[in-house]
Amino acid sequence: MTDSTLIQIKGMRDGLLVSLGDAGWPVVQQALIERIEQQPAFFQGARLALDVGNQALKSSELSSLRDKLSEYGIMLWAILSVSPVTENTAQILGLATRVAKSRPAEARTIKKSDEESALWVNKTVRSGTRIEHDGHIVVLGDVNPGAEIIAEGSIIVWGRIRGVVHAGAKGNQNAVVCALDLSPTQLRIAEQIAVSPERRGKSTPEVVRIKDGQLQAESWIQG
Amino acid sequence: MTAKVITVTSGKGGVGKTTTVANIAVALALGGKKVVCIDGDIGLRNLDVVMGLENRIVYDIVDIVEGRCRTRQAMIRDKRLPELFLIPAAQTRDKNAVSPSDMVRLCDELRPEMDWILIDSPAGIERGFRNSIAAADKILIVTNPEMSAVRDADRVIGLLEAEEKNSPSLIINRLNPNLVKRGDMLSVDDVYDLLRIEVIGIVPEDENVIVASNKGAPLSMEAKARAGQAFRNIARRLNGEEVPFLDLDSHSLWDRIGKFGWRK
Repeated sequence: MTDSTLIQIKGMRDGLLVSLGDAGWPVVQQALIERIEQQPAFFQGARLALDVGNQALKSSELSSLRDKLSEYGIMLWAILSVSPVTENTAQILGLATRVAKSRPAEARTIKKSDEESALWVNKTVRSGTRIEHDGHIVVLGDVNPGAEIIAEGSIIVWGRIRGVVHAGAKGNQNAVVCALDLSPTQLRIAEQIAVSPERRGKSTPEVVRIKDGQLQAESWIQG
Repeated sequence: MTAKVITVTSGKGGVGKTTTVANIAVALALGGKKVVCIDGDIGLRNLDVVMGLENRIVYDIVDIVEGRCRTRQAMIRDKRLPELFLIPAAQTRDKNAVSPSDMVRLCDELRPEMDWILIDSPAGIERGFRNSIAAADKILIVTNPEMSAVRDADRVIGLLEAEEKNSPSLIINRLNPNLVKRGDMLSVDDVYDLLRIEVIGIVPEDENVIVASNKGAPLSMEAKARAGQAFRNIARRLNGEEVPFLDLDSHSLWDRIGKFGWRK
């Protein structure tokens, strides 16, 4: 197996796009490092976007690769993947998951935009984390100030929202946002934007939806 | 002996990381442990000043990493506490002179001879931060009871979760109980409510900390100072002891004496 089939390098507007072939992660990672060692001057100081195909990568794997690359003076700024696991990992590590240039057509057909799918986030979303998904997003935990949740569908938070949430990000007027405690920095549904009013007294679970062209919050407790 | 590596970090600058490292190191050494501090803030070193060892620097961490000296040669022994050492940062280089794997190698070399290795992280979340956490067994996050510091602490906790490090512990530094009582400062509960990680220390605001830093004699050396007591308690908790938090309300014995006596 030669590394020319495993590693493909393209230039693009904001740096290099390296596409990794199909093989075990240790193998492609090794191939990438070898390629860099052949032409260290070419890679020195480069901004790198990495298309890892359908590899499902843990954050320890991605962060160790990022550290390794930084020793060659390469800044890893984006990870492209058709695996939702890897996309999620990359977002948690603060790496971009989209680049300006459109992705290869075959990758696009594998991942279809699915209104009915939901992304399950089983932890508190902390400042500096941005989670995007083309379906719904369910968070079991808080959304802290400085965090952003962006869904094409609805957003449900079993916890407190204090960051920025945007439901129906592509214009879906029927999207809703609900949380046990709703005190967002900013809340958006489709094109509507609201900030939360000063809260008095105890918080209750609430649902926000668009009614008569405006964002309206209702208590979630029946009766 | 196998040393535990503790990294002190915060995200935001100026919350008291360096002071915390110096004080905990002194407190651990006072308890008879072998302690080495590593200043991870290459290019903006401070730990040597706070520990009063500045004029004894010959070699630094970059000299070790680049092979110009042996590790032992760069370790400055504290005169007051012979079991306390410092590996200073280089002042004339930048963060990129050291890599995360260099830090892991250095700590692995020190582990067999020491009980504790304390790393003082620079502010920020870039290369210097990643160097500092690379070898950490335990991470302490220092924050102040103010929104911007807590926000940055939250960001750092998120990054550590992403790196799959053990859950960090929190030190709330410079708490002013009077301001909290008036509702003008975040309380310990407010900070905990947002960050939700174990609190390992609450350090009251104390002007003696600044005086001690300027003198190069960390406050935990002084038996009476309250902030020094708080830092010594953190050291005991790191050693696995159960130590109750200081009573920072004015009902404490110390304040009652103060009211009777010399403090008006």
